[in-house]
Amino acid sequence: MMRLVDGFRQPRAAKALAQRLAELGAALGERRVRLMEVCGSHTMAIARHGLRDLLPPNVTLVSGPGCPVCVTDPGYVDAALDLAERGARLATFGDMLRVPGSDRSLEQARADGASVRVFYSPAQVLEWAAAEPDQPWVVLAVGFETTAAPLAALALEIRRRGLSNVSLLTATKTVPPALDALVVDPALAIDGFLCPAHVSAIIGAEAYRPYAEEHGRACVVAGFEPLDILDGTVALLEQLLRGEPRVENRYDRVVKPEGNRTAQRAIARAFVPVDAPWRGLGVIPESGLALAPELADLDAAIRFERPVTAGRVNPACRCGDVLKGIIAPSGCALFGKPCTPDRPFGPCMVSSEGSCAAAWRYGRARATATTGRTE
Amino acid sequence: MSRITLAHGGGGRASRHLIEHEIAHRFAGGPLEGLPDAATLRAPCTGLVFSTDSFVVQPLEFPGGNIGHLAVHGTVNDVAVAGGRPLWLSLGLILEEGLPLEVLRRVLDAVAESARACDVQIVTGDTKVVPRGQCDGMYVNTAGVGAALPTLNLDRRTLAVGDRVLISGPLGDHGMAVMCAREGFELDAAPRSDTGPVHRLVMAAAAAGDGVRFMRDPTRGGLAAVLDEVVDGLAVGVRLDEERLPLSAPARAVAELLGVDLLHVACEGRVMAVCAPEIAPEVLHAWRALPEGHGAADIGEVVAEPAQVTMATLAGGRRIVDVPLGELLPRIC
Repeated sequence: MMRLVDGFRQPRAAKALAQRLAELGAALGERRVRLMEVCGSHTMAIARHGLRDLLPPNVTLVSGPGCPVCVTDPGYVDAALDLAERGARLATFGDMLRVPGSDRSLEQARADGASVRVFYSPAQVLEWAAAEPDQPWVVLAVGFETTAAPLAALALEIRRRGLSNVSLLTATKTVPPALDALVVDPALAIDGFLCPAHVSAIIGAEAYRPYAEEHGRACVVAGFEPLDILDGTVALLEQLLRGEPRVENRYDRVVKPEGNRTAQRAIARAFVPVDAPWRGLGVIPESGLALAPELADLDAAIRFERPVTAGRVNPACRCGDVLKGIIAPSGCALFGKPCTPDRPFGPCMVSSEGSCAAAWRYGRARATATTGRTE
Repeated sequence: MSRITLAHGGGGRASRHLIEHEIAHRFAGGPLEGLPDAATLRAPCTGLVFSTDSFVVQPLEFPGGNIGHLAVHGTVNDVAVAGGRPLWLSLGLILEEGLPLEVLRRVLDAVAESARACDVQIVTGDTKVVPRGQCDGMYVNTAGVGAALPTLNLDRRTLAVGDRVLISGPLGDHGMAVMCAREGFELDAAPRSDTGPVHRLVMAAAAAGDGVRFMRDPTRGGLAAVLDEVVDGLAVGVRLDEERLPLSAPARAVAELLGVDLLHVACEGRVMAVCAPEIAPEVLHAWRALPEGHGAADIGEVVAEPAQVTMATLAGGRRIVDVPLGELLPRIC
């Protein structure tokens, strides 16, 4: 497996791509370009491999909506904690643990005695529920298309096995409606999208066609390895220089134009689109997935008669404007005080590599560098 | 008798049998002989180094070792990196009712074997049994005393620009081995814990002269947490070179799958040293001559960036090396 990974991390190839980026940056001349990486995994990879360093000075890479857990509304976490108080055992992806609710996170609630267990794959819950048939289990169904597919399979399998002690609390989301909402904003200062890798494997590269053809944004599907990301950025800049925005699939070793039909069918069987709240962005039409009517009895909100209601978010949070590139993180009145990575408000601060969290950390690094603290 | 019962902690015949037949005989021939309440010891020097550590790992046994190995190596290593030659250990056991005796025996064998290999004596101890549910199988505490090495004067405030950062072997194997064992991942090539002593590595570095500025074993929080502590508040920082980081293939594979950064993952048999550039090659050479330092590498340098830990990445960029927030969590994105 590592041979596979190493193939996409060769320093020499990275250097060649960085050189190409510099040339393209020079070719852009005075023009300033803003690109958005839509997906949280790209954001993580860009930070981890220090790729922002390799961009020409006139090209900025803005982090998109972060990751699916970061955009989870605090009201969803509140509802999950309520269910735990009523005796439910919560099963969740690990990165949900630190996402703040209105008052507490799952991690804090677990310390207070709530039953919260982390799974690596949603299918593990089937074993846990079978081992404790008297305990009600609630699966925290969050994620984009990539996790919607296994969650759909889980819901269908719960039905097939007739398990009566497992339900799902859904806040699953889909990427295209969020992009639709971003792209129609006349103030959106984004020239091109680095489109997700895994999500695109499910929905297919064709899904991005409207953003290129109707909205004139360059779109490149790229993988998660450093060379993939550099190559994708080169492709975006080349499109912009040619003035021909289109959809380019540079991750065709995994992503097909039409996506994964089997996964799409499972999602369509288990879920229906609903309007959904995104932390920091507000309600986006048809951007959420709720259980289909035939599976409605698996809906934890219905089973426990505890609908998910809007949580408390500070109205001064301007994550939406940060995401759209309208303001820099420091342009938000909450930035740094009181909103910090330890006490985050919006998704840009919740995600450890979100725009605000990164700006806060790098800003602090600079402040330390100028004052030169010694003991 | 195949399991620990509350009677083993009751102070009566069962307790005595457990202590004499299962514990004490494994550590015979030292101050433990005759089971006095406390060990009477003669210090071979004036300066002493004293440390304690508790061990609560789950599962108790994992590829590459068990809680017994950890309990000896953990304290031996803490004493060693503080500049001491480890001499004596205490051994405190808290056992849960129902613990299989076989498991206890394997753990005690590991304690005895590791102590012998580290040339330290178990000189005193204590055993308690708690009712089922009040502890997770067993907890172990060890405290250790060592003789202060006169030549070693470690102080992170002496770090100077140009100093080299050395690590004695691959990063994160222990944490990844325990995570895989805990979650029951079935892998063709599972990571193995690196649990082991570092005191010989510390002494080998000390022998290179007084250019050794600082040493630390990167346990919880991994190398990232250790380096962050080292540079905190200093006028200098550390820059790592990703290309030079020693990483084992199994640990890398698991870390990639789970989205975990190996710089954040615990080692239990590695030591990080910062030393003057003149002596770095000599220290590295001495480390590599030892089996536990076979994978040692020079991984970075001290730079004039106040209190910052950064890394030059394989892709040619640079990033801040952050401290992990808390528990390592697998990510969906």
